[in-house]
Amino acid sequence: MSGHSIYKPQSPFMRWLERRLPIASLVYSSFITYPTPRNLNYWWTFGAILTFMLGAQIATGIVLAMHYTPHVDYAFNSVESIMRDVNYGWLLRYLHSNGASFFFVAVYAHIARGMYYGSYKEPREVLWILGVILFLLMVVTGFMGYVLPWGQMSFWAATVITNLFSAIPLVGDPIVTWLWGGYAVGNPTLNRFYSLHYLLPFVIVGVVVLHIWALHMVGQNNPTGVEPKAEKDTVAFTPYATVKDVFFTGVFCLFFAWFVFYIPNYLGHPDNYIPANPGQTPPHIVPEWYYLPFYAILRAIPNKLLGVIALGGSIVLLAFLPWLDTSRVRSAKYRPLYRQFLLVFFAVVIGLGYLGSRPPEGGYVITARILTAYYFVFLLVILPLLGLFETTKPLPNSISESVLREGLPAGASAPPPSGAKA
Amino acid sequence: MTTISAAEPSRRDFLLVATGTVAAVGAAAALVPLIGQMEPDASTIAAGAPLEVNLAPIAEGQIVKVFWRSKPIFIFHRSKRDIDSAREVNWHTLPDPAPDSARVQAGHEQWLVLIGICTHLGCIPLAHQGNYDGWFCPCHGSQYDTSGRIRQGPAPLNLGLPPYKFVSDTTIRIGETAPAKA
Amino acid sequence: MHARRAVIVSLAFAAFVAVPIGCAAVAQEQEAPPRQRWSFAGPFGMYDPQQLQRGFKIYREVCSACHSLKLLAFRNLADPGGPGFTEEQAAAVAAEFKVQDGPNDQGEMFQRPGRLADHFPPPFANDQAARNANGGALPPDMSVLAKARGFERGFPWFIFDAFTQYQEDGPDYIHAILDGYADAPAGFTLPRGAQYNKYFPGHAIGMPKPLSDGQVEYTDGTPATVDQYGRDLAAFLMWAAEPTLDARKRLGFQVFAFLIVLTGLLYFTKKRVWHEVLHHPKSLEPRSPTEYRRG
Repeated sequence: MSGHSIYKPQSPFMRWLERRLPIASLVYSSFITYPTPRNLNYWWTFGAILTFMLGAQIATGIVLAMHYTPHVDYAFNSVESIMRDVNYGWLLRYLHSNGASFFFVAVYAHIARGMYYGSYKEPREVLWILGVILFLLMVVTGFMGYVLPWGQMSFWAATVITNLFSAIPLVGDPIVTWLWGGYAVGNPTLNRFYSLHYLLPFVIVGVVVLHIWALHMVGQNNPTGVEPKAEKDTVAFTPYATVKDVFFTGVFCLFFAWFVFYIPNYLGHPDNYIPANPGQTPPHIVPEWYYLPFYAILRAIPNKLLGVIALGGSIVLLAFLPWLDTSRVRSAKYRPLYRQFLLVFFAVVIGLGYLGSRPPEGGYVITARILTAYYFVFLLVILPLLGLFETTKPLPNSISESVLREGLPAGASAPPPSGAKA
Repeated sequence: MTTISAAEPSRRDFLLVATGTVAAVGAAAALVPLIGQMEPDASTIAAGAPLEVNLAPIAEGQIVKVFWRSKPIFIFHRSKRDIDSAREVNWHTLPDPAPDSARVQAGHEQWLVLIGICTHLGCIPLAHQGNYDGWFCPCHGSQYDTSGRIRQGPAPLNLGLPPYKFVSDTTIRIGETAPAKA
Repeated sequence: MHARRAVIVSLAFAAFVAVPIGCAAVAQEQEAPPRQRWSFAGPFGMYDPQQLQRGFKIYREVCSACHSLKLLAFRNLADPGGPGFTEEQAAAVAAEFKVQDGPNDQGEMFQRPGRLADHFPPPFANDQAARNANGGALPPDMSVLAKARGFERGFPWFIFDAFTQYQEDGPDYIHAILDGYADAPAGFTLPRGAQYNKYFPGHAIGMPKPLSDGQVEYTDGTPATVDQYGRDLAAFLMWAAEPTLDARKRLGFQVFAFLIVLTGLLYFTKKRVWHEVLHHPKSLEPRSPTEYRRG
């Protein structure tokens, strides 16, 4: 989109800097005058919320790392020392542990927005795939972080998840030994998880830069799925999108504060306040809530290797969404059948999450299998077929038109979007 | 598209200023725990609590070393000769002028309690060495006398004095200040 | 269209709700610990220092024989938001305990009276010694016990608990255990060395009944019953596990108030910023159909 103003350095210093490192004009064109669709709703603020949460996790993580000891004999007590002795240590710890949960709340909202409005479709496939990579990095980072307090759940979750790799034929067991650095989860495992847990968030920062770059190449999607066609379809990022982002981040922080200050252990498991005991398995091993749907999928498949493949596949398949979904209409607003199947999909994921917390017995097992079946059938069968057979609602001609309350000619049917920009 | 209507600049300005101020206060408040967590924590402060030392086993002429707040503390049971040689010198001419009486407590002049860290660059000086019967720092050659004062060498100041008080004639508590002299 | 959607949605819903209810029969029947009233519950809850002192007395006189409290230091007894001992009183408590120190100049470890900076010394040298003295059972350290115990409330209670801020499942459980010793019902086989407890998972607990009425003397007139002991001890253990609770809730209120003000201001700022765009007539004028087709 051309036509927005160019950065003109005002002071001599800025002129000097601009010639050597044009960072000011980059920030100006990317985050101030950057044209943003005018009709974005609050689901679009989760990108900013995620960036804020990434910064918060890194800040609290770095200061926590100043007091934590990554050794099996000291880890648990060092965390308790943080809670009791370090100035504001309890606050930093609860911010970090609940921050991980809220990081995942935001990412699931962000993914749901993408799936609902077709933000993964052409030309945003790379943007979407970078997002799947970011999600995978988050999953690994969160897993390793949970091991660090060295409670019962930390230890046994590490044991269960690293043991998954033994399902790989031929090289499985050597890989597990290599991961452990020993004959079981132990001190070498804890130390390397600490190192990687410190490293990966900065890898995430790098991929976020690529993600935003890819976004700015193609522009934001919007609730209609119709690309901006004229300048009046968009507004400048600052102050319009900025103020919405900051406002909703504030609302998000209110929910975050509710957990941090009043129910800081609600999302955790009491067993993780028991120091790790390699000789005693807890009665029910459960991961943190944000992994429960995938845990349920893993346990639903009775075969070890196929269960692991299903677990990995449930996330990796998402990367293929741009090609699995054959519809040329982006937004679920205009795809009534897709919308229903998608809402059921979201309900299924929540249901799988609940089942992941239950012991794998009785009726829970069959229900988990049914829901797992729907998960894969939706992605592999329903999505491709819907695009071929669904009757979509007529799209608005433009964003501005859809924003107008009156003025739409009665009975007007717009042609499908050509994809060409003005 | 972003023209500000001239009619109500003051109302918009007040709202923006108020929002900006509250946000800035919040940002500053958020920094407090992030920076404050680096202050010594409660267990470190507790471990730095005053230390009681029994002086009875220290023979005359002997110098012992204890640790308080991770710093070495020299406790010197001075003989009459040590005290006299500390008092003979014209203290006004010393590199860091200080009378011996200011470096001990009244009634307990035979006890010299010092922080055993060379004031040059932080090494621990060696006892009973050097030309002044005090300490000699092997790192760069600073020499201290029987009052712990710098006499020769690159160190700028006398050996430091920790807070301490006599809880009895044979026990001192390092880390608590003595009551002011009458 | 709507009927089909209704069928799909209700199938999914039925699968996910009806089955767990059916599963209730599969789950072990275990009575849930009754909920107690705690002074520290809720958004404005705080510890009651008198109660914490009584609870500490019980720990000191009864529990410390077998259970360690390793993560607590004597100085914590004088911390704000706790039992409210003065530093002198805490130092006096410390001096009553023997703490291992050393090695001395002969290379031996020795016992000395505790100081404020020391942590509560454990009653046994190590876990094996503890097991040996307790018929093979290991009395757990109590420093974070109140957070290491809890019980499932099931659906939909766990949803409501997030709104009511119920975080006292640990103390409720501890109180129930202490008050829950009873004779085994007919037909229940008790393993050797175990005792029957209504609320312990599996009902067979290794700890013999630790408290009886009147066992610990209360000097402030509080009834000396097992029920009261259980409550006081559970409150003390909650403080031991979470000594910063008072500060946390106080700061929480301030942060909440601040965030509500800031978010409110941001809301009105947003409205003001967007007013132009949402109500500026020119930019939203409809164009003729020929114009649409071009773009």
